[in-house]
Parts: sequence; structure tokens; C-alpha cells
Amino acid sequence: MELFQMLAWGPDGWADELAEGTWLTVRLALATLPFGLAIGLLVALAKNSGEKSLETAANIYTTIFRGLPELLTLFIVYYGGQMALQKVVGLFTDTYVEVNGFVAGMVALGLVFSAFASEVFASAFKGIPAGQGEAAKALGMTRWQAFRLVTLPQLVRLSIGGLSNLWLVLLKETSLVSVIALNDLLRNTNVAVGSTKQPLFFYSVALLIYLVLSLISSKGLGAIEAYVKRGEERRA
Amino acid sequence: MSDTTAGMIEARKPPPQARRRWGVARIAGVALCVLWALLGVALVVSLLTGYDADVFSRYMPRMLEGLWVTAKLVVLSVTVGGLLALPVALARMSHNFLVSKLAFAYVYAFRGTPLLGQVFLLYYGAGQFVDQLQAAGLWWFFRDAYNCVLLTFILNTAAYQAEIFKTAIESIPRGQWEAASSLGLHKSHTFRKIILPQALITALRPLGNEFILMVKSSAVASIVTVFDLMGATKLAFSRTYDFNVYMWAAIIYLMIVETLRRVWAVLERRLTRHLER
Repeated sequence: MELFQMLAWGPDGWADELAEGTWLTVRLALATLPFGLAIGLLVALAKNSGEKSLETAANIYTTIFRGLPELLTLFIVYYGGQMALQKVVGLFTDTYVEVNGFVAGMVALGLVFSAFASEVFASAFKGIPAGQGEAAKALGMTRWQAFRLVTLPQLVRLSIGGLSNLWLVLLKETSLVSVIALNDLLRNTNVAVGSTKQPLFFYSVALLIYLVLSLISSKGLGAIEAYVKRGEERRA
Repeated sequence: MSDTTAGMIEARKPPPQARRRWGVARIAGVALCVLWALLGVALVVSLLTGYDADVFSRYMPRMLEGLWVTAKLVVLSVTVGGLLALPVALARMSHNFLVSKLAFAYVYAFRGTPLLGQVFLLYYGAGQFVDQLQAAGLWWFFRDAYNCVLLTFILNTAAYQAEIFKTAIESIPRGQWEAASSLGLHKSHTFRKIILPQALITALRPLGNEFILMVKSSAVASIVTVFDLMGATKLAFSRTYDFNVYMWAAIIYLMIVETLRRVWAVLERRLTRHLER
């Protein structure tokens, strides 16, 4: 019973801190998503361009950011970004600048997300027969029209499954930003544990919140998938 | 002989090779390749000019020891987790309502929450029960952060691998079960000799991915004071503020992951060579 009193809202309990942390976790994941998707799509287009040099450049990108541990990428972006920024600013003034943790987290998670997303998009591109592009050309469509009207709708349908998985991974990976002093759900839980000495209870609550977030996401993504695939015939 | 070919149309020459044009794609591609090359050169220059023999000789051995800890953590957790995963996968497919729901809850809980949170829960959570664990004679195990991390990793990867095994086993057509049954084979025999060997081949690729994911996720161990490769790197950075140590670590991790990926691809091609047409 005492344990649950610690979950009260307000200065006596920790519910508001946990809620704030959850909100930051969700915001970070949502902010990373468009950025990661856009770069992922560009990298996939490069991989599919048929131009050797462009393909090589894109493959180097994926190899690096798919192979590095997320935590290491985060540290490199955070500390490396800090040092680089300090150097650039140091050329002009003596003021101390600090890299925003949220932006560093967003960039690091976005790099990793886009590397994996580019693989999903690239294999989705392979699932669209080349004849469709030729047919679009024969109908007099420009390349942009063919991409927008023919390729893109199918690309969404073919990649939604893989992207859903990546979103769930991203949601969990946001927990890593707690180590660069960003007040996400896990870090606020650490603070709560530090002052109440109840690790088992508070970490269980935090994990439960992550679980609920995953649950809500997979329900939502399932609905989106059903919507974009509404034109497909149902297989028994 | 010669007059049979006389009336024929001469064979046409192949069209000349299309000359590759300098379009937008090519310019962008070459520019990006040059950019990567410059970044690579910058990295090498920074590693060479920033090379500090003192830092190197003091911390490189530590990082290599850390690499050994990472290797132990990953190999142990993936193999033990794999052994644990098969029964969980079978429980997941069991017709017993309670058993299958329990296995589902286990898999869902571990796959739906962040690994770092699981590590915290087990490591700090165990610290809350020192007396009980001492009474049970288990405290020696939970006292060490390495053991707690290892246990968390095992439980985590077992959940992921159980899902891989389940998908693989379910991908084997039902006709195989029926054929074996009509030949009078027992169910357990069918599973061991017919279903499992085929399922393992399907599972090969996702298992390789899981192995690589574990190498990367194992860096999380460094947050609870385990000196794996990442932990040793963090220590070196916090003492020297030499950013190059992160670059060394990045190179080591990339080399491991790329080697694993390639070795796994060769292994897979070798093991599935009878399936090629």
C-alpha cells in the first residue's frame, strides 16, 4: 500500500515525474521518426539508382550506422558534437556552448533508424516490378509522377510491416538517452529509485509503461497497416 | 555450302556501349563518395596526429580486455538463451491454454521493454533483497554486475529467439507432419528428425541478425559498471578526454559486426546449398 502512495500525483508522489518522463520519451521518438524516414528513403533511392558511385556511398552509410552500437553512436554524436561545436564557436567568441541533449538523441537515433529504414525501403523497391515504371513511362508520366502515383503507394504498403518493427525498436532505444542526462522515462525512474530506495517497484512500473506504449503503438500500426492494405485481396 | 548463307541478311553488330552520362545522380554519387573518402582521411589523420603513446599503451590493453568481456557476454547469452528459447517456443505453440499464455507473456514482456530497463530492474532490484538472497545462498551471483547483466541478456535473447524458432517451426508445411504420421512416426520423432532440421535452416538468417544485435546491445552493460569494450572506452574517455578512444571503439565494433555478417552469409550459403536450383 505504501508503495502505491509513492505513485501519487504532486510533490509527495512520483506519478507526475514519471508522466513527464514518458512524455519526453514519446516526443523524442516522434521527433526522430520523420527525420529518420526521410533520410532512409533518400538512402534507399540512392541504393536503387543504378549509379555505382551513389550505391557505394549509400552502402557505406548503412554499414556504419547499422553496425555501430546505438549507445556508441549516441556518445559520438553527443561528445563529438559538443567538441566540434565548441571548436567552431571558439573561433569567434569564448562563450561555452552546450549541445542540446534532445537534439543529440534525435540525431543519433535518427541515424540508426534511417540506416535500418533504408534497408526496408530498398527491399520494398525490389518488390515493385520494373514493368510498372516502364508502363508509367509509356503512358507519358514524368519520373516524378511515376514515383508519386505508381511507386510510392505500393512502397508504403510493402514497407509498413518492416517500418512498424523499426518504430517499436526506436521506442525502446530512446531509453539510452537517459545516460546523457536527458529526463526521459528511465532517467526519471532512476531519480525516483535514488530517493525512495525501491528499485524493484519503480523499474517495474517504468517497464510496464514502456509495455503499454508498445501495445498502443502496435494497435495503431496494425490499424494503419490494415488501412493501407485495404485494396489487397485477403488471403485465407 | 557457301550459297546457303549467300541470301541471308548479315548479322547486325551489337549497339555501341551507351556512354555513361554525367547526370545529377552521378554527380551526387561521386560527390558523396568523395565526402566519405575525405571523412575517412580525416579520421586517419585525427587518429595519427592525436596519437598519444601514453594513452594508447595505458588504455588499449584495457579495451582489448573489455573486448574479451563483450565476447564472453555475447557468446554465452546467445547460446544459453538459444537453449532456453526452444522450450519457450514449444510452450508458445502448446495446446495447453495456461502454458501457451505464460510463454506468450514472457516473450511479450521481454520484447516490449528496453533492455537497459531490464538490466536496471534485475541489477538494482536484486540489491533490494540482499538478506533474502544471502539466506538462499544466491548473493554471490547477484553481487556481481557482470552476472546480473549476463542473466538479463540470456532472458532477453531467449525471448527473441523463441519468437524466431516459433516462426520457423510454423513455416514448415503441415503436410510434412501428416506424411510422417502416415508413415507411423511418433510425434517427438517427427519433430526431431523432420521438422526441426528444416526449421533451423529457416531460422538461420534471423538467428544471425539476433547475434549481431546482441553484440551491439551488449554495450548497455557498460552503464551498470561492467567493463566490456564500451565500458573500458568510457573509462578511457572520462580520464583522458581524448575523443580518439571512441573512434578506436567504433572501428573495433564495426570490424566485429562486418566480419560476423560476412561469415554468417558464407555459412548460410554453405548450409543451404542443397536448396539452390
